[in-house]
Amino acid sequence: MRRQTEPATRSSYAPAPGHRFNVGDRVRIRQAFPPGHRRTPYYIRGKRGVIERICGAFPNPEELAYGFDGEPAKVLYRVRFLQGHVWPGYRGPAHDVIEMEIYEHWLEPDGDKP
Amino acid sequence: MSSGPFDYYAKRPHGHDHGDAHGHDHDDHAPVEDREGPPSEFEIMSRAMQELLEAKGVVTAEEIRRRIELFEEDFPYRGGRVIAHAWTDPAFRQRLLADGRAACAEFGIELEAERLIAVENTPSVHNVIVCTLCSCYPRALLGMPPTWYKSRNYRSRVVFEPRAVLREFGTVLPEDVTLRVHDSNADMRYVVIPMRPQGTEGWSEERLAGLLTRDTLVGVTVPKAEGK
Repeated sequence: MRRQTEPATRSSYAPAPGHRFNVGDRVRIRQAFPPGHRRTPYYIRGKRGVIERICGAFPNPEELAYGFDGEPAKVLYRVRFLQGHVWPGYRGPAHDVIEMEIYEHWLEPDGDKP
Repeated sequence: MSSGPFDYYAKRPHGHDHGDAHGHDHDDHAPVEDREGPPSEFEIMSRAMQELLEAKGVVTAEEIRRRIELFEEDFPYRGGRVIAHAWTDPAFRQRLLADGRAACAEFGIELEAERLIAVENTPSVHNVIVCTLCSCYPRALLGMPPTWYKSRNYRSRVVFEPRAVLREFGTVLPEDVTLRVHDSNADMRYVVIPMRPQGTEGWSEERLAGLLTRDTLVGVTVPKAEGK
């Protein structure tokens, strides 16, 4: 995927020490369906993408939603996916992409090519 | 009204033309009602919450009124001013791309809790923003999101058939341009830096900001200099 080789911008928000993944790493979104407030859209679960940038560490929204303090903070990444991979019937050029924010605990390393 | 007191009873221009098949009330004196029936549960909750917060001294009604005023009169125009500045100042543009929140603060715009990612359109990349999960939107830069942005139609379709959705907004992307859809699904907010149109050389930032409508900053359309 040609655009994935472009240098990605790293955000300066809340630097995330100890992050597990780096820009350019291939990842797979966990295929899991836990109940409760989740910011990982259903349509992206189980899909493979590449880390676009590290956004920083933020209070965990899955805990904040229920009145907890969101600690420990979770590392948030932006992940880039090829549209043709996300939607098998995608009608558009093969280089179109979709990007979104995924918390670290939803990510698994993915050695295979997407 | 610029001259004299406002005349409540003056006939206003009607604004549309039709025959006798009137589908609505033509009485200028008809009372303006929000909606039929009792207030909704959310209106009651919202009102009760405000009254409690006022009673406890957390906020005043004036602060809330002022906030609503900012949302309507200032926030919707901030995005255009920031991006017009980025068009005219390449170093600022780079700082905006590196850290949107810090660049806005430097420009005198506090985004409060919002973390901003600016994404730039180029001859080979076009960006469009959505929040599929709810209606996350850079409110401190663009004001309240438009109804279509919050609609299930836009939120569900722009992720899997974005080119068809853009065509409905009058935006046709060449096949060789990569379309980047950004699902604003968690903690970051997004604004598009459109390409500056040709024919705007020498324009003031204020004039440029006039091209940068809300829809261009969400990425469903692109700014055009013709006729401006």
